[in-house]
Amino acid sequence: MARYALRRLLIAIPTLLAISFIIFALLDLAPSDPTANLPLTIPPEVREKIRLSLGMGEPFVVRYFKWLEQFMVNEPLNVLEQWTGWTIGDSENRLRVLSWATRSPVVDLIVERLPQTLWVVGMSYVIAVVIAVPIGVISAYRQYSLFDQIGTFISMLGFSIPTFFTGLLLIVIFSVWLGWLPSIYDTTHVVRDWDSFVFQVKQMIMPTMVLALANASQISRFMRASMLDNLTQDYVRTARAKGLRERVVVLTHVLRNSLIPVVTVIALGVPTIFGGAIITEQIFRVNGIGQLLIIGIEGADIPLVQTLTFIFAILIVLFNLIADLIYGMLDPRIRYD
Amino acid sequence: MTPLRRLLVASVACAALTATAAQAQRGADGQLNIIYWQAPSTMNPFLSGGTKEVEASSMVLEPLASYDNDGNIVPRLAVQLPTVENRGVSPDLKTITWDLKPGIKWSDGTDFTAEDAVFTWKYCTAPDGGCAQASYFEGVANMEAVDALTLKITFDEPKPFPYTALVGAESPIIQKKQFENCMGAKAPECTAQNFNPIGTGPFVVKEFRANDVITLEANPNYREADKPRFQTVLFKGGGDAASAARSVLETGEFDYAWNLQIEPEVLTRMEAAGKGKVVSAFATSVERILMNFTNPDPALGPDDRSVYKADGSNPHPILNDVRVRKALSMAIDRPLLTEIGYGRTGRPVCNVLPGPEQYASTANDGCLVQDIEGAKKLLDEAGWVPGADGVRVKDGRRLSLLYQTSTNSVRQSFQSLIKQWWAELGVETELRNISASVFFGGDPASPDTFQKFYSDVEMYTNNFSGVDPEAYMAQWRCDDIPGPSTQWQGSNINRYCNPEYDALTVQMSKTADLNERAELAKKMNDVLMQDYVLLPLIYRSGTSAHSNTLGGVRMNDWDSELWNIADWHRVK
Amino acid sequence: MTEATLAEQGMKAHHSLWGDVWRQFRAHRGAMAGSAVFLFIVLGVTVGPYIHSIDPQYLDMRARNAGISWAHPFGTDNVGRDMLAQVMAGGRVSLAVGFAAMLVSIVIGALVGVLAGYLRRLDGPLMRLTDLFLALPILPLLLVILLLFRDTLRSLFGPEAGIFLLIVFVIGITSWMQTARIVRGEVLALKEREFVLAAKSIGTRGHRIITRHLLPNVLSPIMVSATIGIANAIITESALSFLGLGFPPDFPTWGRLLYDGKDFMTLTPERVIWPGLAISLTVLSVNFIGDGLRDALDPRIRGR
Repeated sequence: MARYALRRLLIAIPTLLAISFIIFALLDLAPSDPTANLPLTIPPEVREKIRLSLGMGEPFVVRYFKWLEQFMVNEPLNVLEQWTGWTIGDSENRLRVLSWATRSPVVDLIVERLPQTLWVVGMSYVIAVVIAVPIGVISAYRQYSLFDQIGTFISMLGFSIPTFFTGLLLIVIFSVWLGWLPSIYDTTHVVRDWDSFVFQVKQMIMPTMVLALANASQISRFMRASMLDNLTQDYVRTARAKGLRERVVVLTHVLRNSLIPVVTVIALGVPTIFGGAIITEQIFRVNGIGQLLIIGIEGADIPLVQTLTFIFAILIVLFNLIADLIYGMLDPRIRYD
Repeated sequence: MTPLRRLLVASVACAALTATAAQAQRGADGQLNIIYWQAPSTMNPFLSGGTKEVEASSMVLEPLASYDNDGNIVPRLAVQLPTVENRGVSPDLKTITWDLKPGIKWSDGTDFTAEDAVFTWKYCTAPDGGCAQASYFEGVANMEAVDALTLKITFDEPKPFPYTALVGAESPIIQKKQFENCMGAKAPECTAQNFNPIGTGPFVVKEFRANDVITLEANPNYREADKPRFQTVLFKGGGDAASAARSVLETGEFDYAWNLQIEPEVLTRMEAAGKGKVVSAFATSVERILMNFTNPDPALGPDDRSVYKADGSNPHPILNDVRVRKALSMAIDRPLLTEIGYGRTGRPVCNVLPGPEQYASTANDGCLVQDIEGAKKLLDEAGWVPGADGVRVKDGRRLSLLYQTSTNSVRQSFQSLIKQWWAELGVETELRNISASVFFGGDPASPDTFQKFYSDVEMYTNNFSGVDPEAYMAQWRCDDIPGPSTQWQGSNINRYCNPEYDALTVQMSKTADLNERAELAKKMNDVLMQDYVLLPLIYRSGTSAHSNTLGGVRMNDWDSELWNIADWHRVK
Repeated sequence: MTEATLAEQGMKAHHSLWGDVWRQFRAHRGAMAGSAVFLFIVLGVTVGPYIHSIDPQYLDMRARNAGISWAHPFGTDNVGRDMLAQVMAGGRVSLAVGFAAMLVSIVIGALVGVLAGYLRRLDGPLMRLTDLFLALPILPLLLVILLLFRDTLRSLFGPEAGIFLLIVFVIGITSWMQTARIVRGEVLALKEREFVLAAKSIGTRGHRIITRHLLPNVLSPIMVSATIGIANAIITESALSFLGLGFPPDFPTWGRLLYDGKDFMTLTPERVIWPGLAISLTVLSVNFIGDGLRDALDPRIRGR
């Protein structure tokens, strides 16, 4: 198992390098111009100078390796310095990945936005899993019962209605008509006392619920399907025949086996937490990572998009590995060696 | 503060703002919430050039003079506006001398001097800096600080309109001490400075989160003791125009929302909720359709397609006839377009130069009335006769046009409407839309930029900043036509070439008298309009909304909308 | 035995298998309701335009923001386009995108999943490929592909077909990985099971094991994936439109209509409700069909 994990980690390095190259090359090839969004009153000569000052005049290979060095070496060193307080080498003049739009280090922008994304999207994911697993289990166990029908129907609804439809609907109902909840997420809000905590909860309710509904629907579908598959397996009959109590049969035997594909799905979904929920963040103005990405794409802020997408890539590779390892732990039939 | 002085301050405030004279005191009105649905990415307008960054920074940084809501230049850091009469501008029009107000302090408490102004010029013109506002300093040969409060600007050649450098929100003054080590290529590395510039304006940045939110506080060293009225400003970004409007007009979460380009009926309905008001101001933005004077036939090679030839060998096969261009204009119902796309936030327009008022011609207003029959007659005269399928034909060529614009729902509605009207004339139109970042991006390799103009007609909005139309009207000079030899740079997108017109632009560059300049500008406008070089459609305003509890807003499209934020206050 | 009788027997067995499936499927009320709704929607968007024959792009200036009437059963938008005609026209595109993208993604996903799960040699490389695709962040990738190939495809297939192919391809190529992983997981478990081991031990060839023993047994997760796939494709397309990266505004799809209508939510709610309902109902009915199919195709449930 450990050897397998190590091998996978080692394989991940060339994979990530390949991905970094693909991302960099694709984005670099894309016909986009960071000066396109500037007012037309800015003359072309000035635009050309702006482009040159962004380093767009250099050849592709030079820019790729520069970016790679900045991201793989300089940024980690910076993080290390900040954590430990050491000074390694010439830290003053170390070049960092700079965003074209803000001219500030990309990593700082991401770190600034991580908290709200993790709070809102992460919370919604946790809520989704907590809701979805029991619903899936009960739905499958009592297949075609009223609970199953209603549960299935609700999860189907959650799954079928696009988040920007539910989001807008909620804003119109709860913010415009009833005036109960704020429609704009205040990222500067600090929880100090009970009142500010209540406010934080209030501003989180709508985005979290919209996301949780969508996620829970997916997970509970998988959970139910997987439970149904296992409930009719022979080992369940055997367990029952042995006289085990139904609770034990379902919760220990069936659930454990059914969770295998579900855990994969859940683990694979974790990187999307960091990726943010682009549409939901846009609607409720939770200015998190997803919104940063959209701004980067709209403004042709190539270094920002390259770095963000590459960080997502790293997370995805990591969680794939984790999903596989969990798979092995839960299902002894799978042999890794 | 002595009782006498307090009385004095109070009476001054009273004169300025009678409404809230009782609590006229800095920071008395608490927090101001502003929403810009596109969030600023930096507070340094020299590094970005986008409207949102310019406006955000205008709360902190100030120029020598601003434009007020009528387009007049009003001194800000300067004592008065230098003119030839008050000897601020030399008789040869080559130097301008600004006297700075005494006693102005930066928000860090140090004195503001002419040195800072000189530094700003050096900062923006430093090589490798990529300063977005460099065009404001064009023609400046030298700037010097004669003394701490006197700034002398020398131009390369006579400058009839010298109020460009350091005038208006686009070229404010930054502090020398703070930016000294951020010149040229080092500019982007000064993140702390770019995000938190020290200014002379009413507010100081407390926290800047790029593309998200800015919190600002009242500047303790602001020159007017009783201003700004708000203690803090929360400047939020993100989302879209409709939800920004909703947050002011319907839910009342914010006090001010910017750039509300949404369908008029939606805006009207939101306003009906009674929590706020929509305000708009007109400056120089005109939505227009450009006619291509060269042949954009895809069969032509890259050296010929949409390329102007001085010998006139590559004219547009259809649009080189002024009667066709006129017919296309006559078929358009501009008031209806306005009603559908803009409502109160736009006006039908027949001039490419709609403002300032003294520059606006009235000679072309006939275009406001749609005249399909007249247009048909004109096309008949031009020799285009209806063919079997209703599309007009002449010498075996169909009257078929490719009409391109950027992707935007209002523009697409306009496209389909105009297509429908042109179809009534017997003109076949193929519509095309291109994403704005490509269309307006200057990539010479892309076939889809508006500069390349690989279509028969195209539609977008253009304007000019400030109030002087000289550079704007000079766009249609023969030597400014984009083409492969200039990497498709050049502002004469139409590829229009008229020596008579060129002569007028030359004349304008030598005329100093404002009235004569206005006459010239009008004349140029009329030449363009009567030659149907481009078809103006809508005079567009800047549109924002503010809550009913916010007072003092004087909507301004000539300068930053936040130009008088120091006067904003809470209405009880 | 002659080939003819073999085929005949195969047909018979085949026939009765699908007969069983059909019987089971019919017993699933949700699935039947879903099928009815789905059939109605498909008929509506295909046959509908012949009954309600207003051109979806025609601008009727006198009837802007109109409510429900006989002439405009779903009302009109802010430039006077008939909503019913637009919803029908948009539906054809959205459904076609959904189906085509799902097919692309399922075919690739199942192929990769089965091969990776069954052939150990290919498992490593194929899963690395899957990881690679999973690790490629979809949204920027979509944008870049859309930007890069839009014009090439546009000139090859015309503006509408070009962008259609592009979006189908892009959604298909970026959504097969989940199916592949799930199918691989199933196959990994299946191939250690007795009946596969037994088939192997009597010398059954690899491709026959795959087609006879593995594929039928992974059909159920593939079906679940397929229904999710259609739903996802429709939702992804509307999400792309929501972010301005999908079909252009003059090319109605349900997602695009919903996006264009969202600002009018309080003024003419029809503009949001009809396309929103169409998306939701389609996805809902497809999901119920998938659910019914899942039960019907599962030999252990069938016949209970």
